[in-house]
Amino acid sequence: MEIDWSNFTPFQALAGGGLIGAGAGLLLLANGHIAGISGILAHGLDRSLWRAAFILGLILPAALLTLAGQAGGFSPRLALDGPADWLRLGTAGLLVGIGTRLANGCTSGHGICGLARLSPRSLVAVPVFMLAAMAVVAVKP
Amino acid sequence: MTSLRLLATAFAAGSLFGLGLIISGMSRPEKVIGFLDIGRHWDPSLGLVMAAALAVAAPAFAWARRRGRTLDIPANRTVDRKLVAGSVLFGLGWGLIGLCPGPALVSLGFASLPGAIFVAAMIFGQKIGARYP
Repeated sequence: MEIDWSNFTPFQALAGGGLIGAGAGLLLLANGHIAGISGILAHGLDRSLWRAAFILGLILPAALLTLAGQAGGFSPRLALDGPADWLRLGTAGLLVGIGTRLANGCTSGHGICGLARLSPRSLVAVPVFMLAAMAVVAVKP
Repeated sequence: MTSLRLLATAFAAGSLFGLGLIISGMSRPEKVIGFLDIGRHWDPSLGLVMAAALAVAAPAFAWARRRGRTLDIPANRTVDRKLVAGSVLFGLGWGLIGLCPGPALVSLGFASLPGAIFVAAMIFGQKIGARYP
Protein backbone atom coordinates (compact mmCIF):
# COMPACT_ATOMS: atom_id res chain seq x y z
CA MET A 1 0.00 0.00 0.00
CA GLU A 2 1.11 3.49 -0.82
CA ILE A 3 -0.64 6.64 0.37
CA ASP A 4 -1.82 8.88 -2.44
CA TRP A 5 -0.78 12.18 -0.86
CA SER A 6 -1.54 14.19 -3.99
CA ASN A 7 -5.27 13.38 -3.71
CA PHE A 8 -5.51 13.34 0.10
CA THR A 9 -7.73 16.23 1.26
CA PRO A 10 -7.80 16.04 5.08
CA PHE A 11 -9.34 19.45 5.79
CA GLN A 12 -12.19 19.11 3.31
CA ALA A 13 -12.76 15.57 4.58
CA LEU A 14 -12.98 16.68 8.22
CA ALA A 15 -15.16 19.74 7.46
CA GLY A 16 -17.50 17.81 5.17
CA GLY A 17 -17.65 14.88 7.58
CA GLY A 18 -18.57 17.25 10.40
CA LEU A 19 -21.45 18.63 8.33
CA ILE A 20 -22.64 15.09 7.52
CA GLY A 21 -22.57 14.26 11.23
CA ALA A 22 -24.42 17.51 12.00
CA GLY A 23 -27.13 16.61 9.46
CA ALA A 24 -27.53 13.15 11.01
CA GLY A 25 -27.54 14.65 14.51
CA LEU A 26 -30.14 17.27 13.60
CA LEU A 27 -32.49 14.70 12.06
CA LEU A 28 -32.23 12.59 15.19
CA LEU A 29 -32.52 15.40 17.74
CA ALA A 30 -35.26 17.39 15.99
CA ASN A 31 -37.24 14.60 14.32
CA GLY A 32 -36.15 11.41 16.12
CA HIS A 33 -35.19 9.72 12.86
CA ILE A 34 -32.07 7.93 11.60
CA ALA A 35 -30.38 9.59 8.60
CA GLY A 36 -30.04 6.40 6.61
CA ILE A 37 -30.31 7.40 2.98
CA SER A 38 -31.19 3.96 1.59
CA GLY A 39 -34.00 3.51 4.13
CA ILE A 40 -35.31 7.04 3.61
CA LEU A 41 -35.40 6.47 -0.15
CA ALA A 42 -36.92 2.99 0.14
CA HIS A 43 -39.80 4.22 2.30
CA GLY A 44 -40.25 7.19 0.00
CA LEU A 45 -43.51 8.89 0.67
CA ASP A 46 -45.12 6.44 3.10
CA ARG A 47 -47.28 8.14 5.65
CA SER A 48 -45.35 11.36 6.20
CA LEU A 49 -43.49 13.83 4.02
CA TRP A 50 -40.34 14.24 6.12
CA ARG A 51 -38.46 11.78 3.92
CA ALA A 52 -39.26 13.78 0.78
CA ALA A 53 -38.17 16.97 2.58
CA PHE A 54 -34.87 15.34 3.61
CA ILE A 55 -34.18 14.09 0.07
CA LEU A 56 -34.97 17.51 -1.44
CA GLY A 57 -32.57 19.07 1.08
CA LEU A 58 -29.92 16.48 0.22
CA ILE A 59 -30.11 17.33 -3.48
CA LEU A 60 -30.39 21.11 -3.00
CA PRO A 61 -26.71 22.12 -2.51
CA ALA A 62 -25.69 20.25 -5.69
CA ALA A 63 -28.62 21.74 -7.62
CA LEU A 64 -27.71 25.28 -6.48
CA LEU A 65 -24.06 24.80 -7.49
CA THR A 66 -25.20 23.48 -10.86
CA LEU A 67 -27.60 26.40 -11.44
CA ALA A 68 -24.84 28.84 -10.45
CA GLY A 69 -22.48 27.17 -12.93
CA GLN A 70 -20.07 26.26 -10.11
CA ALA A 71 -20.52 22.48 -10.14
CA GLY A 72 -17.28 21.81 -12.04
CA GLY A 73 -14.90 20.33 -9.49
CA PHE A 74 -17.63 18.70 -7.38
CA SER A 75 -19.82 16.85 -9.85
CA PRO A 76 -19.29 13.15 -10.51
CA ARG A 77 -17.26 12.21 -13.54
CA LEU A 78 -18.84 9.02 -14.76
CA ALA A 79 -18.34 7.64 -18.25
CA LEU A 80 -21.39 6.98 -20.40
CA ASP A 81 -19.85 6.14 -23.74
CA GLY A 82 -21.55 2.92 -24.68
CA PRO A 83 -23.61 -0.11 -23.67
CA ALA A 84 -20.84 -1.35 -21.35
CA ASP A 85 -21.17 1.78 -19.20
CA TRP A 86 -24.97 1.48 -19.07
CA LEU A 87 -24.58 -2.16 -18.02
CA ARG A 88 -22.03 -1.30 -15.34
CA LEU A 89 -24.12 1.55 -13.89
CA GLY A 90 -27.27 -0.57 -13.98
CA THR A 91 -25.58 -3.57 -12.36
CA ALA A 92 -23.98 -1.44 -9.65
CA GLY A 93 -27.25 0.38 -8.91
CA LEU A 94 -29.15 -2.89 -8.76
CA LEU A 95 -26.62 -4.45 -6.36
CA VAL A 96 -26.63 -1.35 -4.14
CA GLY A 97 -30.45 -1.32 -4.09
CA ILE A 98 -30.88 -5.03 -3.31
CA GLY A 99 -27.98 -5.10 -0.85
CA THR A 100 -29.03 -2.07 1.18
CA ARG A 101 -32.58 -3.42 1.53
CA LEU A 102 -31.37 -6.84 2.70
CA ALA A 103 -28.86 -5.25 5.08
CA ASN A 104 -31.33 -2.50 6.03
CA GLY A 105 -28.72 0.23 5.65
CA CYS A 106 -25.84 1.72 3.69
CA THR A 107 -22.81 3.94 4.30
CA SER A 108 -24.97 6.47 6.16
CA GLY A 109 -27.42 4.27 8.10
CA HIS A 110 -24.84 1.68 9.16
CA GLY A 111 -21.60 3.61 8.57
CA ILE A 112 -22.51 6.78 10.42
CA CYS A 113 -25.74 6.42 12.42
CA GLY A 114 -25.24 2.74 13.28
CA LEU A 115 -21.61 3.11 14.33
CA ALA A 116 -22.46 6.31 16.26
CA ARG A 117 -24.82 4.28 18.45
CA LEU A 118 -22.60 1.15 18.41
CA SER A 119 -25.26 -1.03 16.83
CA PRO A 120 -23.95 -4.62 16.70
CA ARG A 121 -25.46 -5.06 13.22
CA SER A 122 -23.61 -2.00 11.92
CA LEU A 123 -20.34 -3.13 13.51
CA VAL A 124 -20.63 -6.20 11.24
CA ALA A 125 -22.15 -4.54 8.16
CA VAL A 126 -19.55 -1.76 7.78
CA PRO A 127 -16.41 -3.93 7.58
CA VAL A 128 -18.26 -6.40 5.33
CA PHE A 129 -19.35 -3.83 2.73
CA MET A 130 -16.00 -2.00 2.93
CA LEU A 131 -14.06 -5.23 2.28
CA ALA A 132 -16.42 -6.27 -0.53
CA ALA A 133 -16.03 -2.86 -2.18
CA MET A 134 -12.24 -2.93 -1.74
CA ALA A 135 -12.16 -6.40 -3.30
CA VAL A 136 -14.02 -5.17 -6.39
CA VAL A 137 -11.65 -2.21 -6.79
CA ALA A 138 -8.63 -4.49 -6.29
CA VAL A 139 -9.62 -6.83 -9.14
CA LYS A 140 -10.59 -4.01 -11.52
CA PRO A 141 -7.86 -3.30 -14.08
CA MET B 1 -49.47 14.56 9.04
CA THR B 2 -46.01 15.93 9.61
CA SER B 3 -45.85 19.44 11.04
CA LEU B 4 -44.18 22.20 9.09
CA ARG B 5 -41.46 22.43 11.72
CA LEU B 6 -40.56 18.76 11.27
CA LEU B 7 -40.51 19.17 7.50
CA ALA B 8 -38.21 22.19 7.87
CA THR B 9 -35.77 20.37 10.17
CA ALA B 10 -35.74 17.32 7.90
CA PHE B 11 -35.03 19.61 4.93
CA ALA B 12 -32.25 21.39 6.85
CA ALA B 13 -30.74 18.06 7.95
CA GLY B 14 -30.76 16.85 4.35
CA SER B 15 -29.08 20.07 3.18
CA LEU B 16 -26.31 19.78 5.79
CA PHE B 17 -25.80 16.17 4.76
CA GLY B 18 -25.72 17.03 1.05
CA LEU B 19 -23.35 19.95 1.56
CA GLY B 20 -21.09 17.73 3.67
CA LEU B 21 -20.94 15.11 0.91
CA ILE B 22 -19.94 17.80 -1.61
CA ILE B 23 -17.34 19.57 0.57
CA SER B 24 -15.76 16.27 1.64
CA GLY B 25 -15.39 15.24 -2.01
CA MET B 26 -17.64 12.21 -1.51
CA SER B 27 -20.00 13.38 -4.25
CA ARG B 28 -17.21 12.34 -6.65
CA PRO B 29 -17.05 8.57 -7.17
CA GLU B 30 -13.38 8.77 -8.20
CA LYS B 31 -12.59 10.12 -4.72
CA VAL B 32 -14.45 7.22 -3.10
CA ILE B 33 -12.65 4.73 -5.36
CA GLY B 34 -9.38 6.31 -4.18
CA PHE B 35 -10.24 5.23 -0.63
CA LEU B 36 -11.32 1.74 -1.69
CA ASP B 37 -8.12 1.26 -3.72
CA ILE B 38 -6.20 0.29 -0.61
CA GLY B 39 -3.74 -1.99 -2.42
CA ARG B 40 -2.44 0.66 -4.81
CA HIS B 41 -2.67 4.45 -4.37
CA TRP B 42 -4.72 4.85 -1.22
CA ASP B 43 -6.47 8.15 -0.51
CA PRO B 44 -7.48 7.99 3.19
CA SER B 45 -9.89 10.97 2.90
CA LEU B 46 -13.11 8.94 3.26
CA GLY B 47 -11.80 7.53 6.53
CA LEU B 48 -11.48 11.06 7.91
CA VAL B 49 -14.97 11.92 6.62
CA MET B 50 -16.39 9.02 8.61
CA ALA B 51 -14.31 9.85 11.68
CA ALA B 52 -15.46 13.48 11.68
CA ALA B 53 -19.09 12.51 11.03
CA LEU B 54 -18.95 10.02 13.92
CA ALA B 55 -17.28 12.58 16.21
CA VAL B 56 -20.29 14.86 15.70
CA ALA B 57 -23.05 12.25 15.41
CA ALA B 58 -22.08 10.05 18.39
CA PRO B 59 -22.58 12.78 21.05
CA ALA B 60 -25.82 13.80 19.32
CA PHE B 61 -27.07 10.22 19.55
CA ALA B 62 -26.03 9.94 23.18
CA TRP B 63 -27.79 13.21 23.97
CA ALA B 64 -30.94 12.18 22.08
CA ARG B 65 -31.09 8.97 24.10
CA ARG B 66 -30.60 10.77 27.43
CA ARG B 67 -33.47 13.15 26.65
CA GLY B 68 -35.68 10.07 26.60
CA ARG B 69 -38.06 11.12 23.81
CA THR B 70 -39.30 8.44 21.43
CA LEU B 71 -36.71 7.74 18.75
CA ASP B 72 -37.37 5.94 15.50
CA ILE B 73 -34.30 3.68 15.80
CA PRO B 74 -34.12 0.07 14.54
CA ALA B 75 -34.70 -2.34 17.42
CA ASN B 76 -33.14 -5.27 15.57
CA ARG B 77 -29.74 -6.17 17.08
CA THR B 78 -29.42 -9.61 15.51
CA VAL B 79 -26.57 -10.26 13.12
CA ASP B 80 -27.97 -12.70 10.55
CA ARG B 81 -27.17 -14.05 7.09
CA LYS B 82 -29.45 -11.50 5.45
CA LEU B 83 -27.41 -8.65 6.94
CA VAL B 84 -24.11 -10.13 5.83
CA ALA B 85 -25.33 -11.13 2.35
CA GLY B 86 -26.90 -7.70 1.85
CA SER B 87 -23.73 -5.94 2.95
CA VAL B 88 -21.65 -8.03 0.52
CA LEU B 89 -23.99 -7.20 -2.40
CA PHE B 90 -24.02 -3.53 -1.45
CA GLY B 91 -20.22 -3.46 -1.22
CA LEU B 92 -19.85 -5.12 -4.64
CA GLY B 93 -22.11 -2.52 -6.24
CA TRP B 94 -20.44 0.33 -4.37
CA GLY B 95 -16.96 -0.75 -5.50
CA LEU B 96 -18.06 -1.14 -9.12
CA ILE B 97 -18.81 2.58 -9.58
CA GLY B 98 -17.97 4.36 -6.32
CA LEU B 99 -21.55 5.49 -5.70
CA CYS B 100 -23.54 4.71 -2.56
CA PRO B 101 -27.12 5.95 -2.00
CA GLY B 102 -26.30 9.44 -0.60
CA PRO B 103 -23.85 10.56 -3.30
CA ALA B 104 -26.07 8.86 -5.93
CA LEU B 105 -28.99 11.13 -4.96
CA VAL B 106 -26.67 14.15 -4.81
CA SER B 107 -25.58 13.37 -8.39
CA LEU B 108 -29.18 14.09 -9.46
CA GLY B 109 -28.63 17.67 -8.25
CA PHE B 110 -25.60 17.81 -10.53
CA ALA B 111 -27.89 16.75 -13.41
CA SER B 112 -25.72 13.67 -14.02
CA LEU B 113 -27.25 11.24 -16.52
CA PRO B 114 -25.03 8.32 -15.37
CA GLY B 115 -26.11 9.17 -11.82
CA ALA B 116 -29.77 9.04 -12.85
CA ILE B 117 -29.28 5.62 -14.49
CA PHE B 118 -27.65 4.37 -11.29
CA VAL B 119 -30.47 5.78 -9.12
CA ALA B 120 -33.17 4.22 -11.32
CA ALA B 121 -31.46 0.81 -11.08
CA MET B 122 -30.98 1.30 -7.33
CA ILE B 123 -34.68 2.02 -6.74
CA PHE B 124 -35.58 -1.05 -8.82
CA GLY B 125 -33.08 -3.07 -6.75
CA GLN B 126 -34.68 -1.82 -3.55
CA LYS B 127 -38.06 -3.14 -4.73
CA ILE B 128 -36.47 -6.54 -5.36
CA GLY B 129 -34.61 -6.51 -2.04
CA ALA B 130 -37.77 -5.58 -0.14
CA ARG B 131 -39.45 -8.80 -1.35
CA TYR B 132 -37.11 -10.97 0.72
CA PRO B 133 -38.68 -11.69 4.11
